[in-house]
Order: sequence, then structure tokens, then C-alpha cells
Amino acid sequence: MKSCLVVDDSRVIRKVARKILEELEFEVVEAADGSEALEQCKSSMPDGILLDWNMPVMDGLEFLKAMRALDNGAHPKVVFCTTENDLEHIQEAIQSGADEYIMKPFDSEIVESKFHQVGLL
Amino acid sequence: MNVADFEMLSTLVKERSGLVLTQEKSYLLETRLMPVARRHGLKGLEELCQTIKQKNDKVLIEDVTEAMTTNESLFFRDQKPFDQFQNVVLPQLLVARAATRRIRIWSAACSSGQEPFSLCMLLKEMQAKMAGWKVEIVATDISPEMLNKAKAGLYTQFEVQRGLPIQLLVKYFKQTGDKWQLDAGLRSMVTFREFNLLDHPRILGNFDLVFCRNVLIYFDQPTKAHVLKGISDVLSKDGVLYLGGAETVLGVTDMFKPVVGQRGMYQHADGVPAIKTD
Repeated sequence: MKSCLVVDDSRVIRKVARKILEELEFEVVEAADGSEALEQCKSSMPDGILLDWNMPVMDGLEFLKAMRALDNGAHPKVVFCTTENDLEHIQEAIQSGADEYIMKPFDSEIVESKFHQVGLL
Repeated sequence: MNVADFEMLSTLVKERSGLVLTQEKSYLLETRLMPVARRHGLKGLEELCQTIKQKNDKVLIEDVTEAMTTNESLFFRDQKPFDQFQNVVLPQLLVARAATRRIRIWSAACSSGQEPFSLCMLLKEMQAKMAGWKVEIVATDISPEMLNKAKAGLYTQFEVQRGLPIQLLVKYFKQTGDKWQLDAGLRSMVTFREFNLLDHPRILGNFDLVFCRNVLIYFDQPTKAHVLKGISDVLSKDGVLYLGGAETVLGVTDMFKPVVGQRGMYQHADGVPAIKTD
């Protein structure tokens, strides 16, 4: 069973994402901001990360850069999932090591299609 | 909706497009035809049926057919056919057509254009190998409304997230307001034409590749055979026909046979295979 870390400061989004991912047979772990997520990754690196951008303490982009610098940091497929939907943000995310990008609002079909594209499904 | 009205609508749609409306699909009637009724100033489906019966309103009938035949479409739908196109079909066509350097592709029932545009993006990604080649993509649909949408190459945020890798979005689309528009250069690679699959495709010319995916499922057996006959007439002897994942030629026609080892791909039963499988 593959694992996926859901990083979002909204409990509602985390719950929705968890439901979708569990239906796709992922083992889901949650984090409410980038620094919590980084701690998670240090103790156990997930296979996939669904990542919000704007969060308190440490935002998604900062987390991504820090996570990719970790020992096993190249392993997870990272899919951004954010309301930032302009070309500049998308390009910055890709350059910083994101594998895919979801513009909110999203649904299960979009998550499934993006996870297919990065090879998690 | 009463049985007589349902029968009347399904006969009308079948005659004009070949689409078979089964009872299980009757739920579609309401969601798809209510907007049509409203546009024509009619109160509901009952009044819509009555108007068709009494006035034989051509525009209304056209709108009903169009609303019932419109299908959801996504970029790189099913992925596999596009991988096959890139890795198997195109490399071999580049050898088989080396003399003419010309390839013609038909995307039948292209809806809002995602299929032909997915092919354009693949071709563009392979442009180093394609120098000096002329690839013509003809995309057809029965619905003028869908064709207009396709020609504009303008998609919602939801649509560009269905099947389209983010790198390709960034590379080939521009953001205009809350929509995304495909690059004009790529759009110009496709010729869009209104075409009813019940008509003979000879007016479109001959093709090396035909994509006719997830269309036949809506037709009954004789209509399927009729459409496949038309395709067989315009497909080159070593050409390839793509059908949808849930579709087959088995028991429908003996003019085509599956390409061994390549799911969804078909060739002339008596033809020379351009696609070698080993």
C-alpha cells in the first residue's frame, strides 16, 4: 500500500483529500503546515505528497525545497494543490521540484488523473 | 416523460445521428434538454415534444440532436493510445511514408477538440523528427457548437486538469481570464469540419490513421457496421484505426482485425500491416 502525506491548513480540505486518497487505496497521513510535514518526512518519507501552498509557519514552496534537500527527498511524487492558479506560480512550483499541479477547486477525478500522471497509480 | 414522447425523441435522435437512446439513458434527457427547452421559450420537455410534433421546427430538432450527442472529452483520454501513437505508430509511419513525407489523421467525433489537440502536442514534442513532414489532422464532429468551442481552443480550469500534464499546460496554453487557451500555432495544425458519421467520409479524403474512440458504443450493430465500412473506404491499406477501450470490431464487421499486441488498434483484415509487432 502506498502512502500519501496531505499537507493543508484547512481541516476540511484534508478530510476531503483523505477520503479521495483512501478510495484510491493510499495510506494517508496529515500535516497542517510545512514544518509539521517536514517532521513527518524526516521520520518516514511518503510515496506521494498532496501539498497546499499558502499555510502558516512554513508554506508549501519552502517545505518542498527543504524536503527535496533531505536524504531521501527525491523519492516522493509531489502534487501541489492550491488556489494559486497563475502561470508564474505553476512555473515556480515545477522549478522547485513539484511533479504535478492541481488548481483548486478540485474533485476526485482530477486527483486520480494527476496521480496517474506522476505514476502513483 | 411518457413512453410515446421518449420513443419520439429517441427515433428522432437515432435518425439524425445514429445515436441509440436506451431507457437507462433517459435520465440524460432532462438534464440535457431542459436548457434547450428554455432557449426556445418552452416550459418543459412535454411542451418541447409537442412543439416538435406539431411544428416540425428544424432548429429545435437540430438543437435536441446536438444536446443529446455531446460527450465529455478529456486530454490524452486513456493515455495508452497516445503512448502507442508516439512509440509505435508514428515511428513506423515515418518509415512507411518516407517517400511522400505526408501523414493524414482523422479524429472522428472530436467533441471540444481535446483528442486532436493532444495529438498536436505530441507531434510538437517530437518536432525534431518531423522536420520536412506534413501532418494533416482533420477533426470532425456532428455539433457546430462543439466545433466552435474546439476551434477557439479555450478551456476551463476543470477541463485543462483532466488528463493534461502540467508541463504541457505551461508550455502550450495561455491564461486568458479564468480560462486557458491553446497556442494559436497548435490550433492551426487542425482542420475542423462538421461531419455526420452516418454520411460517407470520402469527402474528407484518405487517411493513414483514424481515431474513432468511444463513439460506436452509442450506435446499434447495423449503424456500427455502416460507420466502419465508411472508415474502411478511406483508411489506407496499411493504416490504423483506433477504437475506444470498450469497443471492438468482433461480431460487427470482418473488414477490420485487431493489431496483435496493441489494444484498441485495428487494421484492414486483408491489408498490409504498417505496424509490426514483435
